[in-house]
Amino acid sequence: MADYQNLFTAVQVTGPLHDGIAQHKPALSRSGRPFLQHLAGRLGNAQIGPIYLGVLGTWSLIFGTIAFNIMGMNMLASVNWDPVQFIRQLFWLSLDPPAPGNGLKFAPLNQGGWWQIAGLFLTISILLWWANVYRRARALQMGTHIAWAFAAAIWLFLVLGLFRPVLMGSWGEAVPFGIFPHLDWTAAFSLRYGNLFYNPFHALSIAFLYGSVLLFAMHGGTILAVGRYGGEREIEQIIDRGTATERAALFWRWTMGFNATMESIHRWAWWFAVLCPLTGGIGILLTGTAVDNWYLWAVKHDFAPPYPHVWGDIVDPATLQGAKP
Amino acid sequence: MTSRLSIISMLLALGCAMLAGCVRPPMDSVQHGFRGTGMVEVYNPRHLETQDALNTVPPAPPPPSPDGPRASASYQNVQVLGDLSVAQFVGLMTYITAWVSPKEGCAYCHNVQNFAEDSKYTKIVARKMIEMTRHINGNWKNHVTETGVTCYTCHRGNPVPTNVWFTPLEQDKRADFIGDLAGQNTPAPLANMSSLPTDALTPFLLEDKPIRVNGPTPLPSGNRHSIKQAEWTYSLMTHMATSLGVNCTYCHNTRSFQSWESSPPQRVTAYHGIRMARDVNNEYMVPLTEVFPIERKGPAGDVLKVNCATCHQGAYKPLYGYPMLKDYPELASVIAADKK
Repeated sequence: MADYQNLFTAVQVTGPLHDGIAQHKPALSRSGRPFLQHLAGRLGNAQIGPIYLGVLGTWSLIFGTIAFNIMGMNMLASVNWDPVQFIRQLFWLSLDPPAPGNGLKFAPLNQGGWWQIAGLFLTISILLWWANVYRRARALQMGTHIAWAFAAAIWLFLVLGLFRPVLMGSWGEAVPFGIFPHLDWTAAFSLRYGNLFYNPFHALSIAFLYGSVLLFAMHGGTILAVGRYGGEREIEQIIDRGTATERAALFWRWTMGFNATMESIHRWAWWFAVLCPLTGGIGILLTGTAVDNWYLWAVKHDFAPPYPHVWGDIVDPATLQGAKP
Repeated sequence: MTSRLSIISMLLALGCAMLAGCVRPPMDSVQHGFRGTGMVEVYNPRHLETQDALNTVPPAPPPPSPDGPRASASYQNVQVLGDLSVAQFVGLMTYITAWVSPKEGCAYCHNVQNFAEDSKYTKIVARKMIEMTRHINGNWKNHVTETGVTCYTCHRGNPVPTNVWFTPLEQDKRADFIGDLAGQNTPAPLANMSSLPTDALTPFLLEDKPIRVNGPTPLPSGNRHSIKQAEWTYSLMTHMATSLGVNCTYCHNTRSFQSWESSPPQRVTAYHGIRMARDVNNEYMVPLTEVFPIERKGPAGDVLKVNCATCHQGAYKPLYGYPMLKDYPELASVIAADKK
């Protein structure tokens, strides 16, 4: 019997290669002859392709490639076109947005202008890819859940790089394109706006993030555990509860008194995942625009608890007479 | 079975590689704030052992007699230590030699044919540094308290203290078309090899740019400091923490970096330390710019300057707080020394 209780798919079942369902328009867009790839089969389906790029996907890739190259070329130029330094310092390198003094104007190319162009092209690329995802789902007569989940992530992306900078009146508020630099930005963002941990929407976002992880582990664990009874055929078991479903449900009723169903667990997971960037984006959008200092905001609303002043009364020396400025 | 073994060994090797940059446990942690608030200092006991050895203080000599004729009356061209007795003056010269130029000896600063002569630039610098030491001990007690500083605090046997800084050269942007680093985005030794701004010292320890970025009210009320400014402050603070071998929580309750009420008192000391370094750089180092020869200057031709690490050298208090000044009262402030 097939054994699914492994890190990888141990037994690969492969049939004849197939192109998928017939299309209304046998477009040029469905490209590539499918082939089997054993290593891919260890993780998922062994058949690679065909891929459907279409007009939207092609333009998305073109715009994305341009954005990627603008970022990469700026990074490479910043180490004087030295490929060795480019690799060594890759995690440090960045393409930064314009300085805050530039406001919302077009910046000179080397003072944030490249960032603006790369950001515009990246945004176009992502929106085109969203449309591609949406239209492929419709073409397969699927629901558009994946497109809307992707839209939730795009919402956060646009809040960070477009909506909030516009509301703040400065592209300098936006995130740089760089590995460590965007993490520095995150830390500096929290420092500047008085500790993001006191932002309730940040808290909600974390709850949904950790909740997603928990649900993913519970669901993945449950299905693998009943794999020996065919539990991985989830879709069939939605309409025809088999012994795998009954056992999985009973397990959770035994351990927590309540269980999700074969279909509802996916609704939970989808909403938790989607609400993570949705709430996070709201939290970011409010920062600086509606709230300037989350710690003081939390003190004002009595949810940052006061602690004893164990060191006595420490006074800001800048407020004392005679202090050097 | 062999494939499973090879996968496991590959994962193990990968795990080891990912941990290569880490420091091995255990660490010591010391609570120094209210319970449950994370106000904890984390120390690596193995690092402290090496640090401890680096911070031993040379044995104090018996104090020279303060009586007898003044140095200004007995020697020529004594501009800053004339108030000392001859015994104190000669004693101090010997200590300075041991602290600053133990290999080079008196000749590092003096023409040994004529000790009074000012022909060597090092003597001009040394004179200014003695003035500076007395100025710090007299006027910066809110940072150095009665512990004080001596030449040894920074020099530790080196003619040039190990931790000094120059303003780095501006990035060569060539045609200024592509590849601006924006003063950051490359491993910054100043900021513990992060990608934070590489030179947060020029704006804060030489110039007087605003360090504070937080606003005073919950809702927006005109605070226009940017996230980018916060990165410069962050870089300076990282320099301070690494210079002192401490965490952020040594001076800040990190739930609100700005709040003074919930900050440890060390933050007040550090506040004055920033101003002290700025004062030293502007009043004592910058005026020496023309005195130093070109090989002692930075790539941009600026003079070497001090930061937190110049004195602290990885210790939360230089020499772990040993009050060295009491053994060398010659370096304590005298009103006359502050004539600058």
